Amino acid sequence: MTPALRRRVFLIAAAAAGVLLVWGLTGLPDYGTYAGPYGHVLNQVAVAERKATNVVAAVTFDYRGIDTMGEEYILFAAVLGVAILLRAQRDETEQAPDEDAADRNAPATSNAVRVIGLALVGPVVLFGLYLVVHGHLTPGGGFQGGVVLATAALLVYLSGEYVTLRRVSPESVTDLAESAGAAGYVAIGLLGLAAGAAFLANVLPLGHPGALLSAGTIPPINLAVGLEVAGGFVLLLSEFLEQTLVIRRPGEVT
Amino acid sequence: MSFLPYGVAAWLLLVGLYGVVTSRNLVHAIICLSVAQSSTYILLLSVGFERGGTAPIFLDVPVGTKAVDPVVGALALTDVVVGATVSALLLALAVQAYKHHGTLDPERFGRDQD
Repeated sequence: MTPALRRRVFLIAAAAAGVLLVWGLTGLPDYGTYAGPYGHVLNQVAVAERKATNVVAAVTFDYRGIDTMGEEYILFAAVLGVAILLRAQRDETEQAPDEDAADRNAPATSNAVRVIGLALVGPVVLFGLYLVVHGHLTPGGGFQGGVVLATAALLVYLSGEYVTLRRVSPESVTDLAESAGAAGYVAIGLLGLAAGAAFLANVLPLGHPGALLSAGTIPPINLAVGLEVAGGFVLLLSEFLEQTLVIRRPGEVT
Repeated sequence: MSFLPYGVAAWLLLVGLYGVVTSRNLVHAIICLSVAQSSTYILLLSVGFERGGTAPIFLDVPVGTKAVDPVVGALALTDVVVGATVSALLLALAVQAYKHHGTLDPERFGRDQD
């Protein structure tokens, strides 16, 4: 199919889809007049029932906990897929990372980037941990905090070199963090079964709303997700960096 | 204009798909897919929005304060992170496609290999 023909076919299909979309969307309640019952019910009962002041976290990790487990495993599978796709192929060789390789004409990192990057690593790690452990109280949680934690590894790469990144986040540690996070979620779910309730039931003591140690299983699950997301994103980052810095095609200049 | 956010969601979906269909570069196609995907965030969050509602976080405000729907917020939250990793998976496929075909243009795959 030629590009021009494909474009024409798409435009016809898109026009039809557009009409259907507009037709369907005009049937929705007016923007700003939320009609569904669930949001109102949850906003009324979640704090009393789960002692979590962040109702989004209560929904994500408790009421909808099993769906989030599924989403976490999509993430796990995607990271696994990247690791498998980007491993050294049969005809490729791995060489010691050489940042100054002749075929990589990346500009040298400026001192300003190095200094600011290094100065930011500590605060970013602290902020990431803060987001993870306060997930049940304030905006944040394992997903957001995990991504922020992984950013710290990127800052290390920006302000140092690839070998520095590998030294502060060796593969064994990131692999372990990712797997422990994925397994931890299921383990916390099994806790419910062990206590004679349902899988992922919130069986830990709930405490008082607003306290750091409250909301039962929500903070441990946040911690597991944070580990998994941070480990997964650092793994993604190093897999892609490895492609440019470590893995060489046969005959490629090194 | 109470329809505008829904219109934006529909527009992002269609314009992202147009980009995927007409793309001559896999990296560009993956970014277009992310644009199309971002329409789901807009649609989800605007369905759950309530005029004058605050964030559904009752640490500083008492329970009973008018707040937006937390369910769609939770859906969008996991959507964002999972979407990022799926983009990474697609980019890894693009890296291998480039190694195999020597180009990122899907039109030229399998045509002028050495």
